[in-house]
Amino acid sequence: MDKNIIEVKDLKVHFEVKKSFSQDVLGKGKKLLRAIDGISLNIREGEIYSLVGESGCGKTTTGKALLGLVKPTSGKVLYKGADINNLDKHKAKDFRRKAQMIYQDPYQSMNPRDTIMDIVAEALDVNHLVKTEKERTERVNEALVQAGLFPPKDYSYRYPHELSGGQRQRVVIAGAIIMNPEFIVADEPVSMLDASIRTGILKLMLDLREKEKLTYLFITHDLSLSWLVSDRIAIMYLGKIMEEGLSDDIIKRGLHPYTKALTAIMPIPGAKRKEKRDVLPGEAPNPLMEVTGCKFASRCPIAKPICLKEEPQLREVAKGHFCACHFV
Amino acid sequence: MELLEVKNLRTYFDTQEGEYKAVDDASFSLNYGEALGLVGESGCGKTTCALSIAKLLPKEGRVKGGEIFLEGIDVVKLSDEKVREKRWKEVSIIFQGAMNALNPVMRVGDQIAEAIVLHENIKKEEALKRAGDLFELVEMPRERIKNYPHEFSGGMKQRAMIAMALALNPKLVIGDEPTTALDVMVQAQILNLLEKLRKELNMGLILITHDLSILSETCDKIAVMYAGKVVESGTVDDIFKHTSHPYTQRLIACFPNVGKDKEIPDEIKGTPPNMFNPPTGCSFHPRCHMAIEICKVKEPPAVSLGSSHCSFCHRAKEIFNG
Amino acid sequence: MKWTMRKRKMKAFGKAVYRNKMAFTGAVILLLFILVAIFGPILIPFSTMDFGEVEDILNPPSKAHLLGTDDMGRDVLANLISGARISLIIGGVATFISMGIGTLIGICSGYFGKGIDNALMRFTDFFLVIPWLPLMMVLAAILGTSLLNIIFVIGITGWAGTARVVRSQTLSVRERPFVERAVSLGAGSGHIMARHILPNVFPLVFANTVLVAAVAIVSETTLSFLGLGDPSTASWGMMLHYAFESGSTSAGAYWYYLPPGICVVLVVLSFTLLGYAFDEILNPKLRKR
Repeated sequence: MDKNIIEVKDLKVHFEVKKSFSQDVLGKGKKLLRAIDGISLNIREGEIYSLVGESGCGKTTTGKALLGLVKPTSGKVLYKGADINNLDKHKAKDFRRKAQMIYQDPYQSMNPRDTIMDIVAEALDVNHLVKTEKERTERVNEALVQAGLFPPKDYSYRYPHELSGGQRQRVVIAGAIIMNPEFIVADEPVSMLDASIRTGILKLMLDLREKEKLTYLFITHDLSLSWLVSDRIAIMYLGKIMEEGLSDDIIKRGLHPYTKALTAIMPIPGAKRKEKRDVLPGEAPNPLMEVTGCKFASRCPIAKPICLKEEPQLREVAKGHFCACHFV
Repeated sequence: MELLEVKNLRTYFDTQEGEYKAVDDASFSLNYGEALGLVGESGCGKTTCALSIAKLLPKEGRVKGGEIFLEGIDVVKLSDEKVREKRWKEVSIIFQGAMNALNPVMRVGDQIAEAIVLHENIKKEEALKRAGDLFELVEMPRERIKNYPHEFSGGMKQRAMIAMALALNPKLVIGDEPTTALDVMVQAQILNLLEKLRKELNMGLILITHDLSILSETCDKIAVMYAGKVVESGTVDDIFKHTSHPYTQRLIACFPNVGKDKEIPDEIKGTPPNMFNPPTGCSFHPRCHMAIEICKVKEPPAVSLGSSHCSFCHRAKEIFNG
Repeated sequence: MKWTMRKRKMKAFGKAVYRNKMAFTGAVILLLFILVAIFGPILIPFSTMDFGEVEDILNPPSKAHLLGTDDMGRDVLANLISGARISLIIGGVATFISMGIGTLIGICSGYFGKGIDNALMRFTDFFLVIPWLPLMMVLAAILGTSLLNIIFVIGITGWAGTARVVRSQTLSVRERPFVERAVSLGAGSGHIMARHILPNVFPLVFANTVLVAAVAIVSETTLSFLGLGDPSTASWGMMLHYAFESGSTSAGAYWYYLPPGICVVLVVLSFTLLGYAFDEILNPKLRKR
């Protein structure tokens, strides 16, 4: 359980943003969207590692970078020690098979014109992994059953719009596990589902972790959800990791001001709030703007002059608990 | 007199496939300055309730039964003309994804002024001044009424929509998932704002959401809906501490509670019922872990468990007591 | 299992066409014309080449000749029916060529983007901008007026609009999550274009096809009328051409020049009606079950 399946070393992903015509004419420089601005993390085999943050913090881009869907501007992503962006053709195909993604939107992540059979089998078709129709059907049915859709023939010849949100998400999961992957990036897998359906999908994911020995990167904006399912949590803000540690450490003993702000507003069902919520003012700044010093300084309640000049590094403040702040 | 009293509301839609019973007996009430949370999953009828109260149902929708008393007057029986007068002045709605309802080629201040001018006989300059006042009320700088929607962030757009909803000093504001598309921090800000406004303006607030966990902090009363019916209603304490309906029990369990153990409950098996042909007896019985014989045949009566607490279940007292 | 599914699909398709009044009307008209084109000549005792005697020239409709005779004593109805065959074939094949080229260029342009997109679109712009009729006339004059050439000319000039439309649809489909998913599964461009882009572009292509077919038939009629058609074939356009040239129009022989014109209008109408309604029918989500 201690082996690292994923290692990210100082990853940066910057996107060049198209200039408007007038800017082009005036010869202004290119704008850079710093989606990920230097993060390092390790995911251990068999663990569920959560990446939590608000929109625009870079968590989705990180998920894509870990699967090689987005190329790093600098830094490395290693899968079992090998740089995923520097693999030979054969190893690259192998990696594609072993690392899969589960998408957020069960309504858009499937081709509306494909049958469920085709959608789940796509991984097999694209990689020429089956030779006969019979084999293809068998493997699809197997995956559907594993994903909790039983009996499979009730689902395989239908279209996505004929299934409910929860069923669709199970199809997406079936499509991911049919290749017997080792690592799955789940990008907000339940945020578009009703609350009573979510638990089914989460249980399925945990079940599969046990049975198929999977490792997950779980991306979400919902802190209490990440606490529920993950072993470790990393909090992201504007392309950097602010704090990382065991889920209980983060939720109950969070140290970074941003983490504290997030935990303060976490709703607890049934608990009445006595005074006004302690919210941070404003919204997350535009990732197009260049920020010197700590990325969080502009909204931080304990910011001091040093925060605007020097960027704090992520350092270990307790066993397995890392924080990037000058005052922790 | 209560601000709002909804009694046995039934709203059906005429469709090609038959009558869709979107709301099939819903009752709840709200007083001035109170906040009611209308909670349920997709398709349970909560948005239809809101549209029925504000008389904004599409042409296929019709209130087939029940009464909606707004300040003592039954709005179901009002003529269209009277309704137009009342609309936005007494009741206003903040729709889901409302921030996308802003006209991208018009300044935001102008859009608010437009709403005011349509209802009151005042000049545009006066209306614009009111728009500025409203912006300050929702904690935004006054000068920004001159901006266009694309210059606003998501949270600011939602504040602008709240400002628009308050433009004519309504007595009741209905927010249909007003924070769903927003970041958690912005969501908290907006909820704070709604609370502040409710207290300052003594406004009634109905918060429609699928997220039960945010209701306990923002609302006084909660009505839980399932398949077009209110299955349980009461104060926040009634619902959370003295839960008396199996659906409410299961629903509460679905929201992570960091104060308790890390346990993922089982999902509620099955799917919501077909609203063209709802099941006999209690509409929840096919999925209920406590269903007994009578649940399949007889619709559960309203069981009163306290001055404000009501549950529609044959076994309500049992669940209440233990 | 796949066959029962296909049968189910076709049944649903048929039902949807039946329900949509416009599509149904269009389909009925078109079907009638196709049936006539296939079986018609068997039903008419006259051949198109039966030249009559001098007294048979330009006779108004009678019991023997239901639509009268033309300037050479031939039965107009027989010519009309064989003209149906010619016009529909020319229109059909030319449309096929246009749609094929347009779809291919549109998808490649939209999917690959950047340099290829630019190059292909400039090429398309060229064809969009040049006036369609003079271009066809020039090409027909250069290449000659055989049947194949006419089909080629119409096909070659009609694809540009389709390419543009397909390209913009491709651009939007390309961004959808299921395409990204296919990429993450290891799919190559060919697979994505064929399995994901094309099926989602197809309804648009189909709706566009019927409109292009309408234009193709009118184009053929126009070319033939102007004398650039194949003189050995008796399409409706050629009938109109001869009617005009032989002075039948001024002679008031309405049975000669009206029927072909009306036929062209009806066929084009049927295509247009179908085109308007097709996207709704072909999109499984919009179909009412």
